[in-house]
Amino acid sequence: MSDISSRGYANPDKLVSTGWVAEHLNDSNVRVIESNEDPLLYPSGHVSGAVEVDWVKDLNDPLRRDYLDKSGFEALASRIGITPQTTAVFYGDKSNWWATYALWVFELFGHTNAKIMDGGRLKWVEEGRELTREKPSISPTSYNAPERDDSQIRAFRDGVLAHIGENGQLVDVRSPGEFSGEKLHMEGYPQEGAVRGGHIPGASSCPWSRAANEDGTFKNAAELSEIYLNELGLDPAEPTIAYCRIGERSSHTWFVLSNLLGFGDVRNYDGSWTEWGNSVGLPIEK
Amino acid sequence: MRFLARSQETPMASYPPKLQQYLDDFGFMSSREDRVDYLIDIADEFQPVPSSIASKPYDEAHRVIGCESEAFVWAIDRADGTLDFYFDVLNPQGLSAMAMSAILDQACSGAPLDQVAAINGEVVFTFFGKDISMGKGRGLTELINAVVYQARRRLRSD
Repeated sequence: MSDISSRGYANPDKLVSTGWVAEHLNDSNVRVIESNEDPLLYPSGHVSGAVEVDWVKDLNDPLRRDYLDKSGFEALASRIGITPQTTAVFYGDKSNWWATYALWVFELFGHTNAKIMDGGRLKWVEEGRELTREKPSISPTSYNAPERDDSQIRAFRDGVLAHIGENGQLVDVRSPGEFSGEKLHMEGYPQEGAVRGGHIPGASSCPWSRAANEDGTFKNAAELSEIYLNELGLDPAEPTIAYCRIGERSSHTWFVLSNLLGFGDVRNYDGSWTEWGNSVGLPIEK
Repeated sequence: MRFLARSQETPMASYPPKLQQYLDDFGFMSSREDRVDYLIDIADEFQPVPSSIASKPYDEAHRVIGCESEAFVWAIDRADGTLDFYFDVLNPQGLSAMAMSAILDQACSGAPLDQVAAINGEVVFTFFGKDISMGKGRGLTELINAVVYQARRRLRSD
């Protein structure tokens, strides 16, 4: 893959290479953060000095379907040893979809000095770079966070309903089978996490993984433009909402549209299909 | 910890002894860290399907639908009427799927079919805890279901 700076991204500073991370392992202004779906990966070996942010136990409120609040974020930031000035570099499994999810939550608290390690964990491993099982010794920091701001990059049910009423741009990043509502399961084992199958009216189908190369790196801007602008017909100047099942895969697409293609107003609907497909009175399409 | 059928008052067919042993071991673990370390050790024992059974590209009929770690399962008949189970996990980061496959291989290969057929997919949460993602939980459950399905299919054909 070419240098990040040569790929034509709107905001290339949001990505760093594995080589850059390797050069900054001892940089006190940089905190490397691993965030995975698979809970066994970090303990089985991680980038030296990296801390783990677990999307379930660290980012979600245990009692409400919501993210952690200001005090929770401050406690998390303290535990992982960052200040508002720290450059947070996220990486993880599944082409960084969990890393982009964690980054998105950090940005809800205004920690925009956050980047993704292109290619994620897989690329680091395949390049033969070192992993360690040794957990870093972190000195707790003091972090004074603002209240979580859900107004800019997060969408809610009622906002999505209003958005479709205005024929706004929606991207469904689930698999084609999920989008169509088709049943794709073994006999007797339904897999849909919702009462109904289908998609939000007016949504375009574009599985999140189309933005990634085989090695987990992001496609270049021309390739991404071909998909999202030419094929889907999205207008970067128009408000756009991405969704999936719970908002994890769509955070990857949110990252692509907002940071790599420079869309001005992109929100991630984390209620996604598990909320929309189960809600009384909401319209769907099949 | 012994698993009972939900809708019956009498105990369902017991689980394969090795599986019950694992369930007992994990049931006693209160620390997430201990559970994760144990699962990593088990994942280290994972052996992919030998080439004498299957070679890539695998027949899609053996794919575990719903498992994003790209797990595949094969069930080969033994002379004694039981099954040998083989697995592969194509995603090199699919460590949980590898651990689950290793458990199922050790517990279900050669085990009485009624015991294998009785396994409830929710045992996943005894091994991994309830704080795994919906997708991960579903994928691992489908891996178990694929094994159970093969046992039930053989039982129905008897």
